[in-house]
Amino acid sequence: MASADLHPTAHDHDHDHDHEATPPPDEGWGGYGPELETAVRELLIEKGLITADAVRRTVEAIESTTPAVGGRLVARAWVDPAFRARLLADGSAAARELGVDMGTTRLLVVENTPDEHNLIVCTLCSCYPRAVLGLPPAWYKSFAYRSRAVREPRAVLAEFGTVLPEGVSVRVHDSTADMRYMVLPLRPAGTEGWSEEALAALPTRDSMIGVTDLRGALALAGTKDEGEDKSRTGR
Amino acid sequence: MRPRFVPGDTVRVRQAEPLGHCRTPGFVRGHSGRIERVLDEFPNPEERAYGRPGLPKVRLYRVRFSQPGLWPDYDGPAGDTLDVEIYEHWLEPAGP
Amino acid sequence: MRGFHDLGGLSAGPVDRDEKEPALWEKRTHALLMLLSDPQQEVMSVDELRAGIETLGEAEYGRLTYYERWITSIANTLVRKGVLSVDELGRKRAEVAAREGGGA
Repeated sequence: MASADLHPTAHDHDHDHDHEATPPPDEGWGGYGPELETAVRELLIEKGLITADAVRRTVEAIESTTPAVGGRLVARAWVDPAFRARLLADGSAAARELGVDMGTTRLLVVENTPDEHNLIVCTLCSCYPRAVLGLPPAWYKSFAYRSRAVREPRAVLAEFGTVLPEGVSVRVHDSTADMRYMVLPLRPAGTEGWSEEALAALPTRDSMIGVTDLRGALALAGTKDEGEDKSRTGR
Repeated sequence: MRPRFVPGDTVRVRQAEPLGHCRTPGFVRGHSGRIERVLDEFPNPEERAYGRPGLPKVRLYRVRFSQPGLWPDYDGPAGDTLDVEIYEHWLEPAGP
Repeated sequence: MRGFHDLGGLSAGPVDRDEKEPALWEKRTHALLMLLSDPQQEVMSVDELRAGIETLGEAEYGRLTYYERWITSIANTLVRKGVLSVDELGRKRAEVAAREGGGA
């Protein structure tokens, strides 16, 4: 199967390692990416296959989806055991109950317990539950994370500052196919009686990927007043 | 089509080396694990990758592997596991 | 023999905690893929995107950034499927490059 082999041509770039042949990773090959994207997009618009408006709206949707969406699912699961069970059985259906646009995403939520800690990776590419966590961090897509998370998860966790208590098993999930994964972190101690809204602010992106947990969360969450304000709405 | 396997079944991932697109990572091929969950049927991505519809759909499973069993130098307790989604045509029954 | 993209278990150094935000062109690339793979009006699939990335070859895979791989695969796939012709893509790229400020 031959491809059109469209890529930066050899004569444009020097591959000699002795001097700055490789561009800084965050800049890429100068204008190559932006120019090709513009060319493809404009041709597709000219052909009526997409519209400029659809591109704009889709970019806006990408930008506006953040881990706060996942945080709401986690908070509801913490306060409502029946919702938690539904979330674990069918993550997408449960997310839709809270008004989340899941599109075609098949979400599978895995639950941390006192005995089990879950970690998500996609070794083959970078599959990620974008509908509930937004775009993945660059490190999630990196060679080192994808290669090592399956083989030495505890060492990777340690790099993120996560050392699990004695007796806790690590369960790694490699999203190789059609499901997308999110971790339901353990609810931190000391949050009893908190409103759902206050709880939803606790889950971090990294805790829902599984490289961290929320044991230190209360120290970061701010004052006690925020959590103990029972007059706030929240179920 | 009814699933060939049910949760708890011990299965082995076939040791095959096709060229072309597939979603079975190399590190599980030839290894045995247990069916952790039966998922839906999906169009076959190996065929979809070449613009074909990928029908009939193929059954997807989550297979749970023991980490020490996968990696000779695994640094962690025996209870650590790795769950991978694998399509039915990559799986064959293994011993109990 | 594994594909170069099949990374699980390979040796690597520490994880570089890169938190750099995607640029606008990268988000647009992602948006293009979402629109093109919309089941209601599918022009190409995510599977074709992945296969196109996996067959870039080891050198290209390592040299191109994440979204450069995406847009390369998308362009290659659209040309291969006849959605775009080689000639029109070449002309459009030249036109874009010639504009003030390039592909803004």
